[in-house]
Amino acid sequence: MIPRLKAFFAFWYDFVVGDDWRVAVGVVIALALTYTVGTTSIPAWWILPVAVVVLLLLTLWRVVRGQSSGPPTDGQ
Amino acid sequence: MGSGALFIAVFLACVVEAVEALTIVLAAGTSRDWRSAIMGVLAGVVALALIVAALGPALTAVPLESLRLVVGGLLLIFGLQWLRKAILRASGLKALHDEEAIFRTQVAAASAAQADRRGVIGDWYAFTLSFKGVVLEGLEVAFIALTFGANQGDIPLAAFAAVAAVLIVAAVGIAVRAPLARVPENTMKLVVGVMLTSFGIFWAAEGAGAQWPGSDAALLVVIPSVAVFALLLVGALRRHTGAGATGKGRFARAFR
Repeated sequence: MIPRLKAFFAFWYDFVVGDDWRVAVGVVIALALTYTVGTTSIPAWWILPVAVVVLLLLTLWRVVRGQSSGPPTDGQ
Repeated sequence: MGSGALFIAVFLACVVEAVEALTIVLAAGTSRDWRSAIMGVLAGVVALALIVAALGPALTAVPLESLRLVVGGLLLIFGLQWLRKAILRASGLKALHDEEAIFRTQVAAASAAQADRRGVIGDWYAFTLSFKGVVLEGLEVAFIALTFGANQGDIPLAAFAAVAAVLIVAAVGIAVRAPLARVPENTMKLVVGVMLTSFGIFWAAEGAGAQWPGSDAALLVVIPSVAVFALLLVGALRRHTGAGATGKGRFARAFR
């Protein structure tokens, strides 16, 4: 029973969060920041585009740094 | 703009996932038992239809602002996953998705498995392989179709795009009876990643209370900006890995 539950949660974690959990956490933080800034008189629309730029750069940089001495990962 | 983008995003996502499911079903059918493989496909389609039928009306009942915040956020996370993988593949840092290699691996695994009859299912392995292939690949498409459809207020159009893509891939698959290795999956994944990320940014920001300059017209800036940024990243990474030094032909093949 427990292995099946683990497999169930592992599937949904992989489905929603994917290969880099930091991206998901970054999106949640950016959304919270957008909501907070949106309650003030300051425009908040720019926060998510900036977050996407930063998150993509960070997640790709981690792969480049990690793979500098190894072969490409599989194509799944 | 919204309806066209909705159709393109769902259609392309569905073609990509249908091609991947087709490879698995072909492996189950050719190496094991076609009847059981097709029963697996039908059972998978019914399971997906039940999920869509249950979640579709539930999503339309959620207030639009809350829906856009939650679903926009999920779409953004999803889109960044697709975009990340597509950029890594195009820049040579991740192996390209190769349907023929996957087909060979699946056939080898299926040929080695023992036969097992359960009830009306002649070959349980072929049935479960097909069923899992259809449900796992289809779940992502169902999510994309439902969330895009609910946010745009047009679930029927999203469902039409998904069904059209599945029918086209199935028809071509039946005609050629081989994995559709020539479908430019990686390019399509990049386009889908750009669409999901762009709409995720737009809807999630709106859901969180932000006001876009120009309202819906902001999408005309957001989508090309995300696309250009992704292509710039591919170019920069290819220069970094040295993959871009061998001419246009290889660069074009990276997007196959």
